Amino acid sequence: MESAVQSAAVSADTSALSADEATLSVPPRATAFSRRLRPVLVGALSIALWLVAWQLASVHKWNFFFRFENIPAPTEVAAAFAELYAAPKFAAHVGNSVRRIFLGFSLAAGLSVLLGLLIGRFRVAAQSLFPPLEILRPIPAVAWIPLAILLFASAEQSMVFITFIGAFFPILLSTIHGVEGIDRRLVYASLTLGAGPLDVFREVILPGALPSIVTGLSIGMGTSWFSLVTAEMISGQFGIGYYTWEAYTLQQYPKIVLGMITIGLLGMGSSFLIKWIGRRFMPWFKPDASAT
Amino acid sequence: MTETATLGAIALHGVDVHFGEGKTAVQALSGIDLNIAPGEFVSILGPSGCGKSTIIGALAGFTPITAGELRVDAERVTAPGPERGVVFQQHTLFPWKTVAQNVEFGLKMRGVGKAERERKSRAILGSMGLSEFLSHYPHQLSGGMQQRVNLARVLVNRPRVILMDEPFCSLDAQTRLQMQELLLSLWHELHMTVVFVTHEVDEALFLSDRVIVLTQRPARIKTEVTVELPRPRTRDLLTSSEFVSLKRQLLDLLLGSAFAPDTPS
Repeated sequence: MESAVQSAAVSADTSALSADEATLSVPPRATAFSRRLRPVLVGALSIALWLVAWQLASVHKWNFFFRFENIPAPTEVAAAFAELYAAPKFAAHVGNSVRRIFLGFSLAAGLSVLLGLLIGRFRVAAQSLFPPLEILRPIPAVAWIPLAILLFASAEQSMVFITFIGAFFPILLSTIHGVEGIDRRLVYASLTLGAGPLDVFREVILPGALPSIVTGLSIGMGTSWFSLVTAEMISGQFGIGYYTWEAYTLQQYPKIVLGMITIGLLGMGSSFLIKWIGRRFMPWFKPDASAT
Repeated sequence: MTETATLGAIALHGVDVHFGEGKTAVQALSGIDLNIAPGEFVSILGPSGCGKSTIIGALAGFTPITAGELRVDAERVTAPGPERGVVFQQHTLFPWKTVAQNVEFGLKMRGVGKAERERKSRAILGSMGLSEFLSHYPHQLSGGMQQRVNLARVLVNRPRVILMDEPFCSLDAQTRLQMQELLLSLWHELHMTVVFVTHEVDEALFLSDRVIVLTQRPARIKTEVTVELPRPRTRDLLTSSEFVSLKRQLLDLLLGSAFAPDTPS
């Protein structure tokens, strides 16, 4: 197992070298190579080297400030990976977390974008809605957990609520910021072209705030995962946070790392999804696009 | 082609505009009396910061007037409206709309059907040499092209009045001259009233029937000069002797106003 990982790292290394030599001998392909392939190879090599370092530290139980004696090696994690990814129980944990994120995040996104547009656009809304929200905003989502357990009938609902809280404020603030940052002259221009109040909202305010909203959504996605994992560790049954914490209490150390990596992958995947959706909705938002 | 404009008359009587209250209050316009005939091309010339743009804001309906009366075709101006098109100093194209969508915006707001909108936007963009850029986004165009699209977006609605606030001042000299010539030919063709704010004497003289010279803030009308240079005007005019003598006359008026002893200190 151990040697397999090492040899994989070595083969990645040699393929990078041979590719480099190829670019030297065939200059016309050099640009395509350096643009597309090289970043991927360098990235893969970097990850491989970190894995090798981790493997060595765990196998030799290095203790230099960080104590590696109880930390599972990548190979052990990989073994747990192979064993558990197939198990239906693990898939159920992941499915639970994803469902909670989907519910909490969607509710938060819908409500906070709507409120943010109103607060950013109308003084009455800003004066009436913003002060109570400003008082609640500094409270971290984690601090809501005890109250959430009291507020809701089931643990499931309270965890969706924590996810919601985690995503709500970043999206709200970015939306308000986006509306306030809209060039007033664009609103004037739309009015002189005959736009009514609703047209201004749909044609100017919403698209104008969209880049900020998307930024808010991707920050909110991160904070909602953060909040959910914490909530699952404290009060959960099922879910990837619960799985990770349970692995610690049962001293199944490779599973801790497996849980962490899974959380990382889920967070990465969902933020990638947000970015992809953002690009789909804002083909115009490319300040560096060339005029061809 | 020979039809003359019957709509687009502008009348200002004793118009004052104040901004702010108390100690920070500023008076931008003071007792402006001005009548502009339908189809007339009038430039408003004055030192920077004197309140030229405030006139545009008041005519457009963004800036409420504090005193006096302001009418366009006998109708009191209270809010922005599509019969008064506005072109700002920097283009105000919607970054999220393509060139064609930007130009079609006013028609869409009026409920014009999609096919008709496309036909009109293609026609006007074609006449401005922008046929190949219909599906470009504004940031992909040069400054001159952006301002042309901006102009097309206003003109496609056939406004009675077009209000221009130093529209070409951020363009390079060559592009600016091309835009001025384009504007003159469109104005000739479309018979609309133009109110054109500028701080450049050459631009005011080259374009206008009449140049209104403002004082320092609070802006009053200092004097007006009727420009009786023949039309159609071309760039050759810029170096003719009549043009140069008119320019000298206007420069004296303008610099006199900038360095007048009654300038607030």
